[in-house]
Amino acid sequence: MSKFLPKLIASTALIASLATPSFAEKLGLGRVALPDEIAAWNHDIGPQGQGLPMGSGSVEDGEMIFSENCASCHGEFAEGVDNWPKLAGGDGTLADKDPLKTVGSYWPYLSTVYDYVRRSMPFGAAQTMSDDDVYAITAYILYSNYLVDDDFVLTNENFMDVEMPNADGFIIDDRPETELTIFTEANACYENCKETVEVTKRAAVLDVTPQEEGAEAEPEAAPVEQAAADAPVEAAPVEEAVAAPVMAAFDADLAAQGETVFKKCKACHQVGEGAKNKVGPILNGVVGAPVAHIEDFKYSKDLTTAHDEGVVWDEAHLAEFLAKPKGVYKKTKMSFAGLKKDDDINAVIEYLKSVSQ
Amino acid sequence: MSDTPTHDGPTKGPNRRAFLRGAAATGVGLAATAKATAQDTPDPLITEMQDWASSTGEGVDASPYGMPIQFEGDVVRRNVPWLTADVISSINFTPIHALDGTITPQGCAFERHHSGAIELKKEDYRLMINGLVDRPLVFSYADLERFPRENRTYFLECAANTGMEWAGAQLNGSQFTHGMIHNMEYSGISLRTLLEEAGLDAAGDLADKWVYVEGADASSNGRSIPMEKALDDVLVAFKANGEALRMEHGYPVRLVVPGWEGNMWVKWLRRIEVTDHPIESREETSKYTDTLADGTSRKWTWIMDAKSVVTSPSPQMPITHGKGPLVITGLAWSGRGAISGVDVSIDGGKTWQKARLAKEGEKMALTRFYLDINWDGSEMFLQSRAHDDTGYVQPTKAQLREVRGENSVYHNNCIQTWWVKENGESENVEVSS
Repeated sequence: MSKFLPKLIASTALIASLATPSFAEKLGLGRVALPDEIAAWNHDIGPQGQGLPMGSGSVEDGEMIFSENCASCHGEFAEGVDNWPKLAGGDGTLADKDPLKTVGSYWPYLSTVYDYVRRSMPFGAAQTMSDDDVYAITAYILYSNYLVDDDFVLTNENFMDVEMPNADGFIIDDRPETELTIFTEANACYENCKETVEVTKRAAVLDVTPQEEGAEAEPEAAPVEQAAADAPVEAAPVEEAVAAPVMAAFDADLAAQGETVFKKCKACHQVGEGAKNKVGPILNGVVGAPVAHIEDFKYSKDLTTAHDEGVVWDEAHLAEFLAKPKGVYKKTKMSFAGLKKDDDINAVIEYLKSVSQ
Repeated sequence: MSDTPTHDGPTKGPNRRAFLRGAAATGVGLAATAKATAQDTPDPLITEMQDWASSTGEGVDASPYGMPIQFEGDVVRRNVPWLTADVISSINFTPIHALDGTITPQGCAFERHHSGAIELKKEDYRLMINGLVDRPLVFSYADLERFPRENRTYFLECAANTGMEWAGAQLNGSQFTHGMIHNMEYSGISLRTLLEEAGLDAAGDLADKWVYVEGADASSNGRSIPMEKALDDVLVAFKANGEALRMEHGYPVRLVVPGWEGNMWVKWLRRIEVTDHPIESREETSKYTDTLADGTSRKWTWIMDAKSVVTSPSPQMPITHGKGPLVITGLAWSGRGAISGVDVSIDGGKTWQKARLAKEGEKMALTRFYLDINWDGSEMFLQSRAHDDTGYVQPTKAQLREVRGENSVYHNNCIQTWWVKENGESENVEVSS
């Protein structure tokens, strides 16, 4: 702390405010937080293990829990899927052109893993895992980075014994010494600053800028919102339509809107020609098909049971599922929380029809 | 219409057509150019009766909470799909190329969330202060409204803004290269006031204390902030630009951490804990740390350095009027203080001239600059260079790379170059130093 404090404090007024806090009179607003309330929210873990709960978890248990809850995005071996974060590997790459930063290669504190997994994971079902499960997942991530053996059990007792390879790889912001003395008025040139100007890199050659699509979608979207605000009475039938959807004629405009909404699904589901199963199954032909209709995809038990019972993805069932997947199939592997807007649900179903044709 | 030599010739560049569509849609077609005196035949828009001049328009309640007119439909946030795995944990970009002034409308101010933007109503909102305080407290939204209030205008910049340009010119458009920024007038309470309400005597010496701030969403994203900053200018805000925060910006309450990287401006703020150590959360160890060429990394690089960009002309904002009077404009900002000046170069940094600031720079807020020139129709290499009131001057990309290498990801505040062609189109390029 003392290393950076002098740099941070910019004014004498601020120093004074820290040395002699002359605090204002209290207003008496708010109420005292109860111990149970604090316990419910106060979950942060400090770098020296401050706040770690009692508990333990083994690599062996962690492998199973990780496979169930984490592997769909992070890979069975924590190696990462698509653009999702890689949690293992990258040892010795930090000085390379494209360093691979993982728990093993980069993270300085193990406490961060525990804190983050318990706080934010799994994606779509955060804060639902037991403390022991979090220990087990943390242990498995260590194992996947070759930092512990396969019989290792992580506990609150031995937590601080784990050595993180890049623990000493960080320095506190040194811009005041390395940059602020160079990037100054005294060094700012105005005339004859360089002889020639050559183009050395061109974005157009890379060609990775997204094409304009919002420009077309937005003008159409605006009137819809206005109509809804204008005529709330007319909006009601939309809800009825969701409650009892019928196999209506295909609506190309609606499907086009659905394609935009479907971006939320694309991380896990492919559609169209050449589609492959990813984290989720391909969705070609899903509308009207039996539940769990893709043969070579490993569905959760809930979905295969529904398949065996002859349940079909008609529009009503799809709408129900898309609104809250886990409300329909409690153990579905789909971590997505659900689409909130009925319009979005209808549009996605219409889009899925279009890829079914 | 005769004097339009700059628009002949074939057009190149893969994105040109897409970007120009926006301009054409607003009625500023490429051909509608040349000198004010070159109209040979009467303009039917003047000589013929137009519908809008005869029949009536919309009544007062047509749009109870107004939307932009449909002709501005291209002025929207946009995503770069390949940047992230999923839109739920992603970022989009402010259309800075199409805006003027300094205040960013909330409806097009960039978003970034980690587990999606949540719907949390005021009635369900709770803010807890706990840790090393005299009395741990819980506030309702209504409680917060009863504290003395402040209004402050600040920019919010993501530390990763311009991060895609470290290794080379990559994205064609200031929206994509510099659009992870917005600037709003926030209304709220000084964090100092709230901490004082809970009492800091229990914390003892404040010089080595921290506050850990965390959100109510599924990521409960949290950051550690040193107590000096917490007691200095941090705000707990519930309004921006006069209206309630938008859902995507943390409704009903967010943190405002002036001049410091956007990730610390925790949205849906639910808890403030006074601690004697930084938490070293995921966002402050694995992210928002800057790896240098030798593999060591900087941490706690909270402050955003002085930076600027020309927003027009730029790749998304081609010059459509040919040679003659041209307004060059852009934005400048500094997390260390106020912008004291902006230089503009039209020759790739051989010479620089002082731009005109729309008004005096404000601390940690966007400043608009203009350079009004008479364009001769020849190609330009447009650059801008910000100065702040600490004497800091925005560096070139080469200068930055010399200190940091190319793997920092964050805090890229280099001078940007737009190659403006003779036909008025621009491209994002790097030039020799």
